[in-house]
Amino acid sequence: MGNDQTEIRKELDLIQGRKKRTSTQWMAFTLLGVGSLFGFFFLALILYWVISQGASAISWEFLTTAPKNLAREGGIAPMILGSIYMTGGALLVAMPFALGSAIWLSEYAWKGWWLRAIRVGVNTLAGVPSIVFGLVGLGLFVIALGFGVSLLAGMCTLAMLSLPILIRASEEALRAVPRSFREGSLALGATRWYMIRTVVLPTAIPGILTGSVLGMARAIGETAPIMFTATAFMMTNPWPHSLFEKVGTLPYHLFGLIKISQHYNETRHIQYGTVFVLMVVVTLLNLTAIIWRTRVRRKKAW
Amino acid sequence: MVEDLREADDLLTQETMAPREDTMVETKEWVKRQFYGETIIDVQNLDFYYSKKQALQDVTIRIPQDGVTAFMGPSGCGKSTFLRTLNRMYEIIPGAKATGSILFEGEDLLKTDPVILRHKIGMVFQRPNPFPKSIFDNIAYGPRIHGMRNKRKLMEIVEESLHRSALWDEVKDRLKDSAFALSGGQQQRLCIARALAVFPKILLMDEPCSALDPRASDRIEQTARELAEELTVLIVTHNLQQAGRVSDNVAVFLADGELAEFGPTTKVFADPQDDRVADYLQGRFG
Repeated sequence: MGNDQTEIRKELDLIQGRKKRTSTQWMAFTLLGVGSLFGFFFLALILYWVISQGASAISWEFLTTAPKNLAREGGIAPMILGSIYMTGGALLVAMPFALGSAIWLSEYAWKGWWLRAIRVGVNTLAGVPSIVFGLVGLGLFVIALGFGVSLLAGMCTLAMLSLPILIRASEEALRAVPRSFREGSLALGATRWYMIRTVVLPTAIPGILTGSVLGMARAIGETAPIMFTATAFMMTNPWPHSLFEKVGTLPYHLFGLIKISQHYNETRHIQYGTVFVLMVVVTLLNLTAIIWRTRVRRKKAW
Repeated sequence: MVEDLREADDLLTQETMAPREDTMVETKEWVKRQFYGETIIDVQNLDFYYSKKQALQDVTIRIPQDGVTAFMGPSGCGKSTFLRTLNRMYEIIPGAKATGSILFEGEDLLKTDPVILRHKIGMVFQRPNPFPKSIFDNIAYGPRIHGMRNKRKLMEIVEESLHRSALWDEVKDRLKDSAFALSGGQQQRLCIARALAVFPKILLMDEPCSALDPRASDRIEQTARELAEELTVLIVTHNLQQAGRVSDNVAVFLADGELAEFGPTTKVFADPQDDRVADYLQGRFG
């Protein structure tokens, strides 16, 4: 017995000495560390690039006025507003549907192939290229429903695009409501719907809102879905003023500055400035969501 | 306890409280002993399954209306499952199925509307589970289900329920505070008050003290005793001492989900008829 173990130990040491193992481990750590650094490196690169090229464009005028002189001067305020209206509206359009299906998926749906099929559907929707949403939006909202190329059509198209994100975020928030709350409610003679209304939804709402803000942050940078359905470059009246009119947006303004305008070489700083503003808006949205979530988590007592 | 027992025996000899005729056909000794006072729930041949696994085997028991009835047994013996069949709470678990009949108020409660049933049979859970609402809103939750909107009436109910669960003095000045501001024992008494606010006929308590310290447990036991004056209290516990202190009658389940013995607590504890129950009570297994 004792002999056997000593021999096995010896053999193990021969096959892979302690030293060698240590160095393999060191190599693995280094490689993985370098790999993770790459991710950070590209983020830093993008930030550096955008800030160094675009910061000079940022001014009070840039943030508060409309473009002038074929967008070579002036600001991008109408596009900031347009982007916020568009994504905010998309959220309003999508939320009832998202909330409805999330409640159904987490509370009512019976387990089985039907539920799986719907899940697969939602996940597939999330994987559909955004340009496809653009084309469907053009066919459905702009032409078939007669919205025209308009803010409204863009909201609806973006709503479709953000639906899967919103559904998943809401469902997660609903599922995070402890079972003991549901049991407590049902045991008092509540119906399922009463339970959902009075206990599950109020508990889940901070999580749902956080998720929807994150969904908004995702949608605000999308260009392809609104290109055919909602947005325009260099309009005579650039300020968003009607649901049924075209609207300027940050990503499409950038597209216009580079691909539509003849003066793309003169407007480099405005291009980077636009992207910088877009990134700041996205960051602000994400930050809001994160702060919101931490605050709710801290308050949570269960 | 011994006095209670004598009283119960006396009652049995009185005409008015005598068991129903049809029950006399039962032969087992312990079955005869269970008919002290009125039966409130009459369980006949109850089988229970979680998908394929059988959790209760042919349980037949008449639960008396008066006093506290305790349900005991080793872990996994189905005592909690049994309690959850009485208010159909098992139904939220997919694949759970109960067969047999449970007569309550002349109807098989396995076939009635669970929502209505749960108005009459309240439940307190293993861990205190107040809603993330104020103390007031927690207790008013039940009455509000029934459409009660009158503020003054709600306040009356809340106060009465808190009195009944012996929590009023501790919370009367902070009814607007979150229920989570309370200690574990207070939370559990809040949950009792919440259940009482719909004035149930039966209160089910599923190991209500298992998450509490001894002092808090004492208060809950005391509350359970007091409540038994007005309604039927059924309590699941794995704690022999607790069952001894709190219950008038005790039912002992065995590991395979079989109801092995049922009778007055003092009798079962002093002289169990079933050897396996005797082993269990002496801590030889389970």
